[in-house]
Amino acid sequence: MDLYEHQGKDLFERHGIPLAERIVATTPEEASDAARKLGGGVAVKVQVQMGGRGKGGGVKLVHSAEEASHEAARMLDEGFGGTPVTAVLVERLVDIGAQYYAAISLDRGAGTYLAMVSNAGGVDIEEVARTRPEAIRRVYLDAVRGLRTYQARRLAGHLPVDAREGAADLLSRAYNVLAEADATLVEINPFVLLRDGTVMALDAKVTIDDNALFRHPDLAQLAGAFPVDPIERRAKEAGLQYLKLDGEVGIIGNGAGLVMSTLDLVKQAGAQAEAANFLDVGGGASAEVMATSLEVILSDPSVKSVLVNIFGGITRCDLVARGILEALERVTPRVPIVVRLDGTNAEQGRRILAEADHPRIVPAETMLDAAELAAALAHEGST
Amino acid sequence: MSILVDDGTSVVVAGITGSEGTFHALRNRAYGTHVVAGVTPGKGGQDVEGIPVFDTVAEAVERTGADTSLIFVPARFASEAIYEAADAGIGLIVCITEGIPVRDMAQVTAYLRGTGSSLVGPNCPGVISPGRANVGIIPGEICSPGRVGLVSRSGTLTYQIVHELTQRGIGQSTCVGMGGDPVHGVGFHEALERFEADPETDLVVMIGEIGGDDEERAAAFIAGEMRTPVVGYIAGFTAPPGRRMGHAGAIITGTSGTAQAKAEALEAAGARVGRTPTEVAELVRDALS
Repeated sequence: MDLYEHQGKDLFERHGIPLAERIVATTPEEASDAARKLGGGVAVKVQVQMGGRGKGGGVKLVHSAEEASHEAARMLDEGFGGTPVTAVLVERLVDIGAQYYAAISLDRGAGTYLAMVSNAGGVDIEEVARTRPEAIRRVYLDAVRGLRTYQARRLAGHLPVDAREGAADLLSRAYNVLAEADATLVEINPFVLLRDGTVMALDAKVTIDDNALFRHPDLAQLAGAFPVDPIERRAKEAGLQYLKLDGEVGIIGNGAGLVMSTLDLVKQAGAQAEAANFLDVGGGASAEVMATSLEVILSDPSVKSVLVNIFGGITRCDLVARGILEALERVTPRVPIVVRLDGTNAEQGRRILAEADHPRIVPAETMLDAAELAAALAHEGST
Repeated sequence: MSILVDDGTSVVVAGITGSEGTFHALRNRAYGTHVVAGVTPGKGGQDVEGIPVFDTVAEAVERTGADTSLIFVPARFASEAIYEAADAGIGLIVCITEGIPVRDMAQVTAYLRGTGSSLVGPNCPGVISPGRANVGIIPGEICSPGRVGLVSRSGTLTYQIVHELTQRGIGQSTCVGMGGDPVHGVGFHEALERFEADPETDLVVMIGEIGGDDEERAAAFIAGEMRTPVVGYIAGFTAPPGRRMGHAGAIITGTSGTAQAKAEALEAAGARVGRTPTEVAELVRDALS
């Protein structure tokens, strides 16, 4: 779960990381009040779960309450990067001496955490990583011992002498955020040395491990702030992994790898059709889960054909077949449904569908046939 | 031969009295696997259709000689079950449980490096050496004994490809479902190393997907040290690029993590890459003929 900057900064504050004075605003009026309270010179920062805000016009430095109101109105109105925006962060401008980069992140290849610091803050850090890898100092952490003081000092030693003490302290505190919130990423780009000698975090990118949310009911509640597509919400409530995509073929499968592969096959079929969604019913799907999945898919108006691709392991194909028929009693499909069943109880599943002889159900023998058929039917349906 | 599990494997099932634990313990036993014990704290002395249940893994090992642990316990207790198995001297730990916090896994894998235990998983379908032993949830009936090794990050996609191989009369030495979690035990690299050393594996199929850089690191091993041919498959060519929070991920791996980049890395290492599960099976058939 990716946190908004203001949520990440609340965590930072709890761990004593120095921050600029800030106020969250959800309307232009609130933004102008906030700017006035903070003395006029403020940064107005769009609150979204993604990076690239600076380049994309999502961070504006202004010098009056009117300008703050204007920028906030624009951000709330236009959204950012294709997602709606419900809040901006209004932050007092500070007197920056130098900018740096810091991150502590899970390194999945190493199976542990990696802490990084660079004196090249506020620039394209990925470009720096490619062209001047020596400009980034890296220290691997032991997952049990965490970031020790000597490691924080080693990292901070990469920076000019004035910034070292503050940076080492900031890194130690950033690690505490990571450890206590079960985060997989705490990135601060930039953190700055102010002209008065203070080291301060100007940004906060925090990603929380979804699997650990059971340990953090307070963080789990933050998810309520994020925008969700209504179809995605419905799928989530039913325990389905669903993601809306741009194409015409509604996809239902079991297991993320098989579903991704199905998406690829539909595109490769060459009928100019692509997947309308990713939907993984997971393991051991019941008839009820199948019925809900089909309802979710059919509620998407861009869907011109549906492809059900199930390879039964724990999942039983007879239950899948019953679920499909149940769904067809609840909703009248306007598009053809291609069904491919293999694995556990596949014979029974196919027989159940054959006996029902529903006009919208098109059986397919193999995964490849099913993908080609569904793509062709979607193409016909679109023309 | 085979890798990781064979006729000599003796399995203790952690969480055997849960519904999934019972179902798969019995299914693995019916396949011919020596399922010698189960563990559920507080239920020691009972049995599951003749499989004795113990309170601790240590007792199960002492009394039955179990050398492999198969874990079905819920996510919040699963890391505990892995530590317990390692401390009881279990050589191979197969953890099916999904949803374990990554921090727990980072600590577990650090601990296991100092022990003699290997971990497969978590969030994986397990390991099967067809005709010899099935330790996990892979449906035994879609596999057949043979000389092709297989290692995969995905579950049902593995079944699909095994099924396509079996349909063409191509049997498998061992199929390893390594699981899809970011921090896991045996990965592509270690599985490939074991297959390379197995005289009864003539070819290896590796099934990857978008994200991370396990495939890229496997490609380096294939180019440098493997003589056994490799056929690859990568899922996720059409997956939309994930929303990215920061830059740290890209700085760490130095790769894009896309299916295209992974397929190219494998091909550059001399592996052949199929664009569909069917094409993978055909490439394997051609390579063996």
